[in-house]
Amino acid sequence: MIRSGGQVVYETKGDTLVIRVGGEIDHHSAVAVRAGIDEQILEARPGRVLLELSRVDFMDSSGLGLIMGRFALVSKYGGKFAVLDPSPAVLKILRLAGMDRMITVLKTKDKKKGNEHL
Amino acid sequence: MKNRVDFSAAVENEMQLSLPSLSVNEGMARAAVAAFCAQLNPTALELADIKCAVSEAVTNCIVHAYRETVGEILLCVKLCEGRLIQIEVRDRGCGIADVKQAREPLFTTDAENERSGMGFTVMENFCDELRVRSRLGKGTTVTLLKRLHK
Repeated sequence: MIRSGGQVVYETKGDTLVIRVGGEIDHHSAVAVRAGIDEQILEARPGRVLLELSRVDFMDSSGLGLIMGRFALVSKYGGKFAVLDPSPAVLKILRLAGMDRMITVLKTKDKKKGNEHL
Repeated sequence: MKNRVDFSAAVENEMQLSLPSLSVNEGMARAAVAAFCAQLNPTALELADIKCAVSEAVTNCIVHAYRETVGEILLCVKLCEGRLIQIEVRDRGCGIADVKQAREPLFTTDAENERSGMGFTVMENFCDELRVRSRLGKGTTVTLLKRLHK
């Protein structure tokens, strides 16, 4: 099932919730994006949440807070969380903060990491 | 260690922009600075770095300097000889008690709102030099220096 809210599209595949975010993530946009995502996560409590960021063409450190916060939220109830297909802009700031070593970062075609069903 | 940038380079063009500290203006601020800097034909990567650094500085004004109020954010952009860009982001907000501590990676006074504490680190890494002058109760001026490719 696919649902949409602004620059965010939600897609459920079994026990996995894929959240596709596009556009620009800054302090201003993060507030609404965060509220929408949390509503979806807390309603379904999926076993796995994938935050797909391939269409994000700008992200500052507010995006780091957004990612860490969702990671914490999902981990708190025992779910798994990963960032999927980060755009170059996202990957650059993730690496700068060292978050690519703290949070699982997946690529759609990376079958070795077990996401071949996406 | 990055080479220090010459702050005394001759100014060839400049602009000023004043905005109220509303979060909706973050995008406008970085887009305006990027549009002005575009006349130097920066690479897409350089422009992305500038936009990100400006966004961090402006967000700091909104989130920290004017935490409970709305005040003026003044951006001054100077295009200098040698393809040097100097961007000042100034507020008249609460000021920073300990600038050295504020510049440390992951330091934040606003963790409950998911601030990552990486703003100054991003500015430092996406520019060639960062200077921060602040006085408690008077405000803060952040100066970003970015040297473009030849």
